[in-house]
Amino acid sequence: MKKNTAKMKRSAADKIFTVCNTIFLVAFCVITLYPVLNTVAVSFNDGIDAVRGGIHLWPRIFTLQNYKTVFSRQNIITGAYISVLRTVIGTVLALATNALLAYVVSRKQFLFRSQLSLFWVITMYVSGGMIPTLILYRNLGLTSSFWVYVIPGMISAFNMMVMRTYMEGLPGALEESAKIDGAGDFRIFVSIISPLCKPVYATVALFVAVGQWNSWFDAMLYNRMSPEYTTLQYELMKLLSSVMQQGGTANPGAPGAAAAVTPVTVRAAATVVTMLPIICLYPFLQRYFVTGMTIGSVKE
Amino acid sequence: MKSKRISWREIKRQKFLMICTVCFVIYGIIFYYLPLGGWIMAFQNYKAKDGFFGSEFVGLDKFKFLFSDSTFLQVIRNTLAMGVLNLVCTFVMAIVFAILLNEVRLMAGKKLVQTVSYLPHFLSWIIVTGILHDALSSSGIINELLVKVGILDSPINFFAHKGYFWPIVAFANVWKETGWNAIVYLAAITSIDPSLYEAATIDGAGRWAKIKNITLPGIKPTIIILLIMNVGNVLNAGFEVQYLLGNGLIKSVADTIDIYTLTWGVGQNDYSLGTAAGIFKSVVAIILIVAANQIAKKTGEEKLF
Repeated sequence: MKKNTAKMKRSAADKIFTVCNTIFLVAFCVITLYPVLNTVAVSFNDGIDAVRGGIHLWPRIFTLQNYKTVFSRQNIITGAYISVLRTVIGTVLALATNALLAYVVSRKQFLFRSQLSLFWVITMYVSGGMIPTLILYRNLGLTSSFWVYVIPGMISAFNMMVMRTYMEGLPGALEESAKIDGAGDFRIFVSIISPLCKPVYATVALFVAVGQWNSWFDAMLYNRMSPEYTTLQYELMKLLSSVMQQGGTANPGAPGAAAAVTPVTVRAAATVVTMLPIICLYPFLQRYFVTGMTIGSVKE
Repeated sequence: MKSKRISWREIKRQKFLMICTVCFVIYGIIFYYLPLGGWIMAFQNYKAKDGFFGSEFVGLDKFKFLFSDSTFLQVIRNTLAMGVLNLVCTFVMAIVFAILLNEVRLMAGKKLVQTVSYLPHFLSWIIVTGILHDALSSSGIINELLVKVGILDSPINFFAHKGYFWPIVAFANVWKETGWNAIVYLAAITSIDPSLYEAATIDGAGRWAKIKNITLPGIKPTIIILLIMNVGNVLNAGFEVQYLLGNGLIKSVADTIDIYTLTWGVGQNDYSLGTAAGIFKSVVAIILIVAANQIAKKTGEEKLF
């Protein structure tokens, strides 16, 4: 009898726990999604009307004018073009070089394996800092050029380690038989290791691609004077600062407010354009991200 | 242990690996080690026209200037305060979120919540600060809610008050990274032996008791490793949000070491001072990570190296 009441007490406590937990997680999702959906709603709303506020998940006065404005701006078109280009070229280059480096470091019989590994691990902890790096790029002629986006950050010790951990976990038997057949190290890399590494290649490629797409600071620091190499994120950043300087909301009486668009709504539209590739691809690709995150956290 | 003998035959056989190594080392020296040579600028009165060799050496003058500059002391305080606040908030939230998500019995629900949770990680800081700015603007949702429930009489401008800035930055970090950081903990939780939970259930433990006595101790090594890894990053935790959300009114609480470096080094072209500030940051980061590792070692916990 006593046991039963204890059990009932416990199941009641469990129920309360479940209810509270559900409320917490639903609130978490709402807080995560609401600002994103709100931005989408604002981007489809009439500019002057949006200044009044109170738009939540649905536009009050529907218009496509904000998007027309965004796509009529030359700097945004250029930015989008450069952003796509740097994402594609940067990802291909980073994948090829990191994979090759990871392969070299994963060769157990390689003479300088541990030295090469240490050489790269050090780069994770020590860096020259912003100013020496800027001066170096200037001296190398990388500033005011497209290549500053893809060459300097190409190899990263973290991505290399993720790939290396995966390669070291592969069964050695296939490789041994290829060696007996006379395949060299390059052949083994291309035709035996790489096909087996597709999952980890996908993971690293996605990390790099998202990083390339989202980065803005390099455009500001190195290519401020070269509008032909601007990126979408940097253009968005300029829009954000123009909104902030107006104190968040455009004053309806201010000059320029006669147009149907305001900085707030144009920025919302530009934000949606910038988010769109990530949001569209995200549901299909997220499992690769998770794989990478868990491989990367495996301790040596 | 058999040591690897360096013989010409072996080197010849590893020709391909050697060539690759040479290329990777050259690349690494140029892009990762050469900037370290630029640290010499911190001890010079560096002028671009004179170069590294022609510029006048001034010893520790730049560092003396830094530490006598009240603005620099202020940015150190801001960087540390926001770094620690971010670290604590994102850490606690990620662990809480992972544990609570793990308690969800409905697999579809769990998957859905998790997918939603790490979406913000993939949005750039530009986007995150932009939508945060909208939410906190005078016509934004936060002011609207606060006025509706009667906490505020009229909307306030959150970005004009110094007291709000640090919590806003911490919230931005929590919003962006909680779900993502929780992935590691969720992976660690799944590796806990299920028989422990079964035994606890038979002994009559409730869910709280199981979380406290099995789940938390089970993920403790993971927590400690991540803590050590992130302590070194405390000073790095302060650039993008502060740069994007800060403004003239709240400069004294919003500026960080990186912003200081940017203002002086790039804005004012005082490369030497910018470099000195950067060195200070690097040195503190290394001290922090070694110290955290040492403390972990002393207490007999997992350590990084």
